[in-house]
Amino acid sequence: MLKIHGISFEQKQDPGRCRITMESQEGLRIKDVKMQGIVKTFPGVLANDHVDIDVHAGEILALLGENGAGKTTLMKVLYGLYRPDSGEILINDEPVSISSPRDAIDLGIGMVHQHFMLVPSLTVTENVVLGLRSSRGPLLDLESAAKRIEELASRYSLAVDPYSPVWQLSIGEQQRVEIIKALYRGAELLIMDEPTAVLTPQEADELIRVMRGMADSGRAIILITHKLHEVMAVSDRVTVLRNGRLVDTVLTKDANEKLLAQMMVGRDIPQTLRTDETSQGDPVLVLDDVWADSDKGPPALRGLSLEVREGEILGIAGVSGNGQREMAEVIAGLRKISSGSVRLKGEDMTNSTPAKMIQAGLGYIPEDRIVDGIVQSFSVEENLILKDHHKPPFSHGIFLQKDAISEFAKEMVEIYDIRTPSIDTQASHLSGGNIQRLILARDISRNPACLLACYPSRGLDIAATEYVRKKLLDVRAAGCAIILISEELEEIFNLSDRVAVLYEGQIVKVADVDDVTLDEIGLLMAGAGLTETDDGNSRELVDMI
Amino acid sequence: MKKSNRLVQSLSQVALLAGALLLALLVGAILIAIAGANPLVAYKSMFLGPFSGKFGMTESLVKATPLLLVGLGVVTSFRSGILNIGGEGQMVMGAIAGAAVALAFPKWPAVILLPLTLIVSVLAGAVWGGFAGWLKAKLGVNEILSTVMLNSIALQLCLYLIRGPMIDPEEIAYGTGTPQTAQLPRQIWMARLVKGTRFHWGFFLAVALAFVVFIFLWRTTIGYRMRAAGEGPDAARAAGINVEKYQILAMAMAGGFAGLAGMVEVLGVHRRVLEGLSAGYGFSGIVVALFGRLHPIGAIPAAILFGMLTLGADMMQRAVAIPAAIVMAIQGLVVLFVVGSDIFVRHPEIWRRWFRKKDPDTLGRLEADSAGNRN
Repeated sequence: MLKIHGISFEQKQDPGRCRITMESQEGLRIKDVKMQGIVKTFPGVLANDHVDIDVHAGEILALLGENGAGKTTLMKVLYGLYRPDSGEILINDEPVSISSPRDAIDLGIGMVHQHFMLVPSLTVTENVVLGLRSSRGPLLDLESAAKRIEELASRYSLAVDPYSPVWQLSIGEQQRVEIIKALYRGAELLIMDEPTAVLTPQEADELIRVMRGMADSGRAIILITHKLHEVMAVSDRVTVLRNGRLVDTVLTKDANEKLLAQMMVGRDIPQTLRTDETSQGDPVLVLDDVWADSDKGPPALRGLSLEVREGEILGIAGVSGNGQREMAEVIAGLRKISSGSVRLKGEDMTNSTPAKMIQAGLGYIPEDRIVDGIVQSFSVEENLILKDHHKPPFSHGIFLQKDAISEFAKEMVEIYDIRTPSIDTQASHLSGGNIQRLILARDISRNPACLLACYPSRGLDIAATEYVRKKLLDVRAAGCAIILISEELEEIFNLSDRVAVLYEGQIVKVADVDDVTLDEIGLLMAGAGLTETDDGNSRELVDMI
Repeated sequence: MKKSNRLVQSLSQVALLAGALLLALLVGAILIAIAGANPLVAYKSMFLGPFSGKFGMTESLVKATPLLLVGLGVVTSFRSGILNIGGEGQMVMGAIAGAAVALAFPKWPAVILLPLTLIVSVLAGAVWGGFAGWLKAKLGVNEILSTVMLNSIALQLCLYLIRGPMIDPEEIAYGTGTPQTAQLPRQIWMARLVKGTRFHWGFFLAVALAFVVFIFLWRTTIGYRMRAAGEGPDAARAAGINVEKYQILAMAMAGGFAGLAGMVEVLGVHRRVLEGLSAGYGFSGIVVALFGRLHPIGAIPAAILFGMLTLGADMMQRAVAIPAAIVMAIQGLVVLFVVGSDIFVRHPEIWRRWFRKKDPDTLGRLEADSAGNRN
């Protein structure tokens, strides 16, 4: 089976697999879909410049490109969300007009958006039938809908309970609901917009299997992505876009990651790596036997202990959902702990407020940069002073000092290369990479003693990812203690001095990066190795190092 | 380029509001016709009434004064992410508390008594509003429910006071028993600026406060934090801002403004606390705030416009003899359409659907807007 990050995760049983091939002859209408000469402009931006792509039934086409290359725009044209300025769409060689998602759905085109469009309080079935005509007139027929959902779910191994309310589902399960929603509406061409960006490696692995199964049953899939290993793992052909133009379409088996990367960025990619030796500074942040509850009750952290030293990056490896979010919130002062202690620079900071943690020198790059990192309706300038607005030179008494703030903001925009029309631009109008630069600028310019970086490169394009990684190394060189939570093991291995594995709310292993292999860490992430150690041992591991 | 964009944006917002108003009046015309009056005659008196003579002109501003004060509080609370529906209750609490102080010390000079009365009214309103904020922050009580309930409590409490302990001794002496307090000491009455009208300087106080609120919200650290708490509570919390604290403060400020509105209404118009003092200003103030696009300066013209509409509706009722209920229905329609029009500002893609085939330029611009918002 498939490997991601060089690790194969344990696969679930797959009873639907053989049925897929047997049922591949069902009456599907779409043989191929072509988009020809698509041009789409926004004021000042040529998003698509005469792009041609085509996809056939039974294949997975990867649409590869950096953020802003025009992938999503092109697919929104296909799904009827945008109308192209020129160009045409052909299904089975006949021109079609798609002016709304409803037209697209009627033609058998479905799309799974990056941000799910589900009603949290409704059940899976209710979400799936939402907006569809019921077979029983004004009355809902949830039972037969649930039955069909179960059929689809088992056929494509999309394990999900039709009766669970959506808010109880993990991100991976919600995505499956979105896929079922599209299939339920008869989608034969499924557009998936960066589907793995929000998933754990394990979930991503499963999803890729599901996509393969759907293609085998005769459906066509367009996978929007900027992850090369995904392209190599799942697709049959790759179409690469750059700056709104088609670079080329190649067969995946004739390509390799290096070639695709060059096509995508138009140059060789530098690989950011930690090069110098592990430093041996004093501990800056120490968590000792921390217990904390999750939002839904049971403890998310169960006796977690770790320490980060001056001038080192401690990578936290783990499948998300094992306490990463809660750990980050405890460190940031956003979540109370029920027992244990938190020390920063030798001071006891157990259950202190976010303000005190910031004051004591904590920098924080939150997981959800748009919700927790910036105030969306605030300008770039206002966001840059979010943590220091009450200090000189930004304020005098209770009054904000506009000139000093603007000067600082201009400097930050320059130094951190934040691409923004002006410092008055609303922060929500920036791209993901530039929002991350803004957050980095704000938190790094404060010279933090400890920097908590949660998934800092998630969803960013190659250039922005490299920038973030380089900045983390710069801050490390300046003596900052960094905690790097990441789902990408390669990132952790390339940047960290030490790696800690988080599993079910505990650090089950801490080791120098050079002393462990990706496979070992992967096994620990999956829970292997816990069978012979009990709770006490995991603490000893920490203490030993 | 940017400036002109902003101009286009504010012009289109004005056009939107005007359109909402027009539609509300069109539907209102149907109601007037059903009631058996000529809508044209009715609207003529409604629109020309407020401009007829010095009474009309000034009375609009008299009505605009409490609207603006309540509206400023609503702007502050909405900007801080908490909704104040309790203007009515806060108004009467401010008025009754201020009046109690004024009546207790009738001999004190105006220099002391006037500021004292105003401050007490602000504090009383602030406590009433802040309590709802505290309930929300500490116990998670929805502020819409709590403020509406606090309205009832305040109105009944006030009614009890002006019927019993604080009733005008003359009402008892003459046996009429109208529920109202005695006139407040004459030296603290707000001076009327135009002879033969009720126009007092409270209006200018309200306008001045609008600028103070603007500076407060956009130029001070406290206002900055309140806006951050309102517009990005999670980010604010992560940045060390105590969101709950600032929301309580915002509710207290909203209550304070409403309390002041009540007192100004007493000192400038009625000279005493009487039944029905709040007159729906506590609710209309919310509409003023929304109509002013939740901006303190925008609230000034919004308050004047609604002052004129309120007055015009009264005049229309007298001119064409239609039931008062129709007038209230028309006011309700205006509120409905104005608040409803907000959806076009928040969801520009609706335009896109409508203009899809007609106007490719608008289409492109709106798409770029919504695309930008998404990134």
